[in-house]
Amino acid sequence: MTAALLELQRLEVSYGGIRAVKGIDLTVADGEMVCLIGANGAGKTSALKAIAGLLPVARDSVRFAGEPIGGRPAFELVRRGLALVPEGRGVFSQLSVDENLAMGAYSRRDRAGVRADHERVLALFPRLKERHRQLAGTLSGGEQQMLAIGRALLSKPRLLLLDEPSMGLAPRVVARIFEVIGEIARQGVTVLVVEQNARLALETCNKGYVMESGLITLFGDARALLGNDAVRKAYLGE
Amino acid sequence: MMSVRKAWSVPYCACIGMALIALALAVLPFALASVGTTWVRITNLAILFILLSLGLNIVVGFAGLLDLGYIAFYAVGAYVYALLASPQFDIHLPFWAIIPLGALVACLFGVLLGAPTLKLRGDYLAIVTLGFGEIIRIFLNNLSAPVNITNGPQGISRIDPFRIGGFDFGRGETFFGLNFSGPIKYYYLLLLVLVAVIIVNIRLQHSRIGRAWEALREDEVAARAVGIDTTRMKLLAFAMGASFGGIAGGIFSAMQGFISPESFVLVESIMVLAMVVLGGMGNVWGVIVGALLLSFVPELLRHTVEPFQRWLFGRAIVEPEVVRMLLFGLALVLMMLLRPAGLLPSAVRRRELARRSNLP
Repeated sequence: MTAALLELQRLEVSYGGIRAVKGIDLTVADGEMVCLIGANGAGKTSALKAIAGLLPVARDSVRFAGEPIGGRPAFELVRRGLALVPEGRGVFSQLSVDENLAMGAYSRRDRAGVRADHERVLALFPRLKERHRQLAGTLSGGEQQMLAIGRALLSKPRLLLLDEPSMGLAPRVVARIFEVIGEIARQGVTVLVVEQNARLALETCNKGYVMESGLITLFGDARALLGNDAVRKAYLGE
Repeated sequence: MMSVRKAWSVPYCACIGMALIALALAVLPFALASVGTTWVRITNLAILFILLSLGLNIVVGFAGLLDLGYIAFYAVGAYVYALLASPQFDIHLPFWAIIPLGALVACLFGVLLGAPTLKLRGDYLAIVTLGFGEIIRIFLNNLSAPVNITNGPQGISRIDPFRIGGFDFGRGETFFGLNFSGPIKYYYLLLLVLVAVIIVNIRLQHSRIGRAWEALREDEVAARAVGIDTTRMKLLAFAMGASFGGIAGGIFSAMQGFISPESFVLVESIMVLAMVVLGGMGNVWGVIVGALLLSFVPELLRHTVEPFQRWLFGRAIVEPEVVRMLLFGLALVLMMLLRPAGLLPSAVRRRELARRSNLP
C-alpha cells in the first residue's frame, strides 16, 4: 500500500446549519490522480474548498501527509504543498500572465527555483508563453484556465486540487486541459479533481469517487466506474 | 541586487531635475513669506494633507479597502500629542517621544477598526468605518466628564511646539541673515517627514506586501489560494495607514498649538478621500497632486471670490464659502466624468476602470 497523501475522515461542511458535505471518507495516495464526480450541488466544491482551507472544518477530518490540517488557514496549506485552482479560474484579470504566475510563487523564497518553474509552466502551456505579457482578463476562457493551473503549479505543490476545470469551456479545449492535467500528474504531482464531466474525468484518472447530496455513494478504480451501470445511467447519459 | 543597481542608474538629467525641485522647495517658504505668513501656514497644512492622503492611499489605493473614517487616526495622533505635551495634565514630554507613541496608538486603533471588519467589503466597510470615525470624534467631544481628559468641545490649547534643546519650532529666529519664522521651521520639518513617507509608500508598493495587497484587491479567494494571509494583509493595511495618520496628527497638534474635536469631522475624512480619488488611487504621485490641488484651490478661491464679485457686481452677492463649495463640487463631478481613474492614475487602476466601463 502506498502512503496516503490526503485522507478525509468523516469530513463535514456546513453553511449555517445546512450540511453540504455529510461526512465523507476519501483517500488520495501519493502520485495518484483521483476525481470526485457528481451532479450540481452534490457538495463536491464544498469538500474541495474545505480541504484547501477556505471553509472551516474539524481538525482531524482532513489529513495531509499524515498530519491533521482541518481548519488550518489556506496560506499555511499552500506552504505545505497544497494548491487549489479555484472554481471559475479566479485569475487576477488586471495583472499580466507573468505577474499572475509570479503571484503563484508568493509563498516561495527560492528565486532560482521559481524562475525555473516559471519557464517550465510556460513550456507546458505554449499559449501562455505567446501571451506572457498580456493581461489575464483579455485571455480566452481556456487560456485563463491554463493560467490558473500554471499559477497553482508555481507554488510547487505536492497535491494539486482542481475545481471544475472544464467549466464553461468548449469540448476541444476541455480535452486539451485534461491532457495537460494528465501530463502534470505524470511529472509527479498528485491530483484531485472535482468535475461534472464524468466521462473525461474517469478516463483521465486512476481512481474515482461519486458524490450525491453530500455523501460518497460509489468509489473505486476509474475504469471500473466507467463500466458501472449506475454511473453510466446517472452520469454518462447512457 | 538587480533592483539596487536599477535605482542607482537614474539618468543624469533626472538627477538635475530632482536637484532643481529640491532647490525650489527649499526657497519656497521664503517666497511665500514675502506674500504673507498665512501662505506658509497654508502650505504646511497642505503638506499635512499630503501625509494624510498618502496614509489613506495605503488603505484605499493599495489594499482596496474603502475607509470613510480615516480622520479618526489623525485625531488620535493629535490628541495623544496634545495630552502629553500641554498644560492639560501638565505633562510636557519631548516630541520625539510622543510622535512614535502617537503613531503606535493610532496603529492600535487601526487594528481595532480592522479586526471586526475583516469580512466586510465595499459599501458595508465604508459604513462601518464612517461610524468608527464618528465614534472617535464623539468620544473626544464627551470625555470631559466625569473625569476631564479631552476638555470636551473646548479642546486643548497651549500645546507645546516641537523643541530640540534650545531650538524651538514655535519661535522665529534669524540665521545667516534670514528670518526663519515658526511656520518656516515647521515647513522644513514637514518636508523631511514627507520625503520619508513618500519613500516608504513607494517601497511598500513594489514589495511583497504591495503585491499581496494588489492580489487582495483583485480577487480575495484567489489571493488566499495562492497563499496570501489575507487577514494579516488587511490588518497591516489598516495599521500602516493609521500610523501615518497618527504621525500627521501629532505634527498638526504641535503646529497649531490648539486642537478640538471640530478639526476631525466627517467632512475632513471625505476631503482626504477625495484627494486620493481625485489624484489617482494607488499612485503616489497622483495622490500628492490631488492633495495639493484640493488644499490650495479652495484657499485661492477664498482669496479671489469676493474681490471678483465686487469687481463684477459692485458687492458680494454670494458668500465666498458657498461659491467655494459649489466650484469644488463641480470640479469633482467634472473629474469623475473626464478622468474617472484620477488625474495621474496608477497603471493597474486605469486598466480596472477602463475594463469596467467596457462591460456590456
